[in-house]
Amino acid sequence: MKFTEEHEWLRIEDDLVVVGITEHASTQLGDIVFVELPDEGDTVSKDDEVVVIESVKAASDILAPLDGEITEINPALEDEPAKVNEDPLGAGWFFKIRHSDLSQMDDYMDEAAYNKLIS
Amino acid sequence: MDALRRTPFYDLHLKLGAKMVGFAGFDMPVQYPLGVMQEHRHTRTKAGLFDVSHMGQVILRGATYAAAATALERLIPMDVHGLQPGRQRYGLFTNPQGGIQDDLMFANRGDHIFMVVNAACADADVKYLREMLEPDISIKHLQNRALLALQGPCAEAVLAEHHPAICDMKFMDVETLPLAGAECWISRSGYTGEDGFEISVPTAAANDLAQALLAHEDVEFIGLGARDSLRLEAGLCLYGHDIGPNTSPVEAGLSWAIQRARRTGGDRAGGFPGAERILGELSDGAPKKRVGLRPQGRAPMREGVLIFADEAGGAPIGSVTSGGFGPTVQGPVAMGYVPSELAKADTIVFGEVRGKRLPVEIVSLPFTAANFKR
Repeated sequence: MKFTEEHEWLRIEDDLVVVGITEHASTQLGDIVFVELPDEGDTVSKDDEVVVIESVKAASDILAPLDGEITEINPALEDEPAKVNEDPLGAGWFFKIRHSDLSQMDDYMDEAAYNKLIS
Repeated sequence: MDALRRTPFYDLHLKLGAKMVGFAGFDMPVQYPLGVMQEHRHTRTKAGLFDVSHMGQVILRGATYAAAATALERLIPMDVHGLQPGRQRYGLFTNPQGGIQDDLMFANRGDHIFMVVNAACADADVKYLREMLEPDISIKHLQNRALLALQGPCAEAVLAEHHPAICDMKFMDVETLPLAGAECWISRSGYTGEDGFEISVPTAAANDLAQALLAHEDVEFIGLGARDSLRLEAGLCLYGHDIGPNTSPVEAGLSWAIQRARRTGGDRAGGFPGAERILGELSDGAPKKRVGLRPQGRAPMREGVLIFADEAGGAPIGSVTSGGFGPTVQGPVAMGYVPSELAKADTIVFGEVRGKRLPVEIVSLPFTAANFKR
């Protein structure tokens, strides 16, 4: 698993990358009440704003970590955005992206480096 | 920038793991480890304790209560004379343009008036009171008392363990009672829509009282985050957001706070700043009105979101002045201003969020029914 400075986690599943936010990020955001996801089939570029997370406090954006096509979004988040707080690394995933350039993953941190960032 | 001021509970907030933020010049707890959502729900189901010591506590004293009342009635459109001893009212300082300079609670405490004003306005309010009312009336801005609010359905039972006379108080009654060994000035009121109490306590005894209340299993300390969602669901205005120098009491839906004695034809009609506009709007209506806004989807609409009459085209007709997620309503809730002809329940308007116009239903306030002991 890789991590971005924006506190996303990225997990490679064959030709897809699953994206969510870390436990640290979900704790910092507080109770999440709404998640606006991209549409399946959207083509996105690295650093596009693809997700909006609304917590009880404020709205924040999530950036696309890679160039590619959104192949699947997590349908559970529409009715149960709190899943992001409850299980950020599992049931609270956001979307899957079919990457076009896996070398973009090299820019991101491994778990040890990420833990150092948030410590 | 000046350093943030601290309330007497600052160390206690840190000890309890509060996340602190600057608010109205004070370092205040925005949330505790429980989190905004659970703090909100706890207050609606049990009892929440709030540190509101940042607010201004002011005493107005004249030769008699009546003298102080006559003076204060020159500055606010409320019936201060008619307020009985041991009772409290909601009030507004109006400006010459008929806007609102601050909102406040004021009480008849026998021989004087006790008022609580917004933290951000307190210094300006006191300066204004002095300029307008001295030397006949003495104005004392208290610096030696803290202010706690205990809110929620269990508040009465919790406080009654410290003094049984609590149970005899009704909504908006004020009473002087000893709690935690100190003379406390207590009102049965609050800013959550729940039954509850606001307690002015001498600073020296403040922490003892807070700890004694927190020792009860039904009591949790609640931060500013939940305070805001609670008052929003209760349809209560936040000064500087939902009301301010450019909104009149009639536009804000606060006409109920202007008693008959101060209205046209009343015993002491007018005679307050902005009376011409405010009395005119009381009889003829105002061009815009504060309303409850219930977004139809799940996306919260926060302060500043523009409101449109139609899904496409046209200029904005108003904007959201407070908005967020209502944990009790379990959905987004907001307040804002729209033209009076559209301010009818069930009307659908549109709020623009991230470039998209989303449907919003105009609803009557509050979002959650008030739970007062009348």
